[in-house]
Amino acid sequence: MKGNEAIAEAAIRAGCDGYFGYPITPQSEVMEYLMAEKPYETTGMMVLQAESEVASINMLYGGAGSGKMVMTSSSSPGISLMQEGISYMAGAQLPALIVNIVRGGPGLGTIQPSQSDYFQAVKGGGHGDYHMIVYAPSSVQEMADFVKVAFDAAFKYRTPVMILSDGAIGQMMEKVYLADPIPRLTEEKVIARCPWAATGKPATRSHNIITSLDLDPAGQEKLNLILQEKYREIEENEIRYEMIDCDDADYIFVAFGISARICQKAIHLAREKGIKVGLFRPITLFPFPKHQIRELGNKIKGFLVVEMNAGQMIEDVQLSVGCNIPIKHFGRFGGIIPTPDEVVNALETKIIGG
Amino acid sequence: MEEKFAHPELRTPENLVYQRTNLLVDRPLSYCPGCGHGVAHRIIMEVIEEKDILSKTIGVSPVGCSVLAYDFMDVDMLGAAHGRAPALATAIKRLWPNRYVFTYQGDGDLAAIGTAETIHACNRGENFTIIFINNGIYGMTGGQMAPTTLPGMRSSTSPYGRDTEIMGHPLQITELIARLPGTYYVTRQSVHTPAAVRKTKKAIRKAFDLQDEKKGISFIEIVSNCNSGWKLTPVQANKWMEENMFPAYPMGDIKVDGQLVK
Repeated sequence: MKGNEAIAEAAIRAGCDGYFGYPITPQSEVMEYLMAEKPYETTGMMVLQAESEVASINMLYGGAGSGKMVMTSSSSPGISLMQEGISYMAGAQLPALIVNIVRGGPGLGTIQPSQSDYFQAVKGGGHGDYHMIVYAPSSVQEMADFVKVAFDAAFKYRTPVMILSDGAIGQMMEKVYLADPIPRLTEEKVIARCPWAATGKPATRSHNIITSLDLDPAGQEKLNLILQEKYREIEENEIRYEMIDCDDADYIFVAFGISARICQKAIHLAREKGIKVGLFRPITLFPFPKHQIRELGNKIKGFLVVEMNAGQMIEDVQLSVGCNIPIKHFGRFGGIIPTPDEVVNALETKIIGG
Repeated sequence: MEEKFAHPELRTPENLVYQRTNLLVDRPLSYCPGCGHGVAHRIIMEVIEEKDILSKTIGVSPVGCSVLAYDFMDVDMLGAAHGRAPALATAIKRLWPNRYVFTYQGDGDLAAIGTAETIHACNRGENFTIIFINNGIYGMTGGQMAPTTLPGMRSSTSPYGRDTEIMGHPLQITELIARLPGTYYVTRQSVHTPAAVRKTKKAIRKAFDLQDEKKGISFIEIVSNCNSGWKLTPVQANKWMEENMFPAYPMGDIKVDGQLVK
């Protein structure tokens, strides 16, 4: 199935309560699949086409604020429109899943795949000091798997979580093993999981308020400290990464998502030429696997950071590496996917011969 | 609290003419003296208490003067981003169809920045209640021109009066949404006299009752004053409201049982 369809099917199977979205290429298949499957007749999952991405993200705020498991998906321009709502959800500490099937920008850009929303995804994106947990799948299988992983993390930490993919993986067809369906939570279980949520005040507790507002600076600083503590805990516990052919490597490609798939082919081409190169693939982009990259840096001769953007994740790699080895960037952008040959050539010219 | 009363023996149920609803939090309101928000808050809470639906009620507060409504209303509430309350309420009501859901919004929130969310929630026929406080001005930010500011009316961003050629016309959003098939009950009321308060409370009760029927949005506009923003005393403000706001925003039902009145 397509990556976008895998997201949709995995959401139904994860026991998701509601999807809210607005059509945008290259991810419209997510809502199309859901509307065709009609999960509201089977699991009870609600699917609603909103009037805009602004409405979608605020529907997420409402759903998450009342304890339900809710998600949206969009692509770059639509995700930009959602930034206000994501910031509010981070401030109000609400769990939800946001899927960004990235296309080239800036502006209306192109409908072709890109990875140029890395900064927006991992550095906050909206206003205020916050992060989302960001998962970067590199296969259709991971598109499906990360839906449940993302929801679990969202509820564990009470935070919005993003799956940052791209138009290539969203549109790509691969074989997928789907998890067994998990039933949606009953009302009682929703209230038990989210005792903080606005679900209707029983006589046994005081009223629950969902807000990011605290006009008292001391109160607002306290909220910020709580958020920062949460992000440190996330950095401690939630880092995921993959290393391929790194054991004997002299050089390392650092790449996420579709770029990592291209780098796998580039590894074979380079090794045929006798260049020992491996791949480090961050799976979580926030938290970023900085210690793992730092350690790797001590054993090799150089990093080539391969991204479909003008150089974004390379900044996190540079911040991670403590020793003086070359760290260079190779990227294509505007919707162009680099070829493995281009990647090997960049390694030879920028790192080995550089 | 009892010792405050000189004759506690007189506090018997048969002597009771009025009692503060338990659903208003016992703290000073942040509103200016003479403002209609406090009364509007009270009658909504009275309706929830009388209907005995506290454990089934979820409210959504706006950005504006009533941004802190959740500090005064002792019900579960969500504070929405500016204008987005109908989007929140849409999701809440759809995911909790057995709950009573209401939004409480001002004119800037509902009829300017949140116009799209308002119109589309109304057009989809969501089954929640919108309480719309229209005082023709942005109160919290210091008296700027609102979408419902009257022609010629002065505000801090229309200091010489609203010139409709430059600043556009007041938006009759209530008449606009009443024409949408998704609205079932649309009325315009006020809270500036005891009689008006009783009528508005009746309308709010009806709006909440209608959520059981699942026939669409119940929408109550409350035309209210802003004596601070209008630079008038509370008494003058109410008089000015009757003389100027009511002709532009006439009192009464606009749509009942899904049918436009008249």
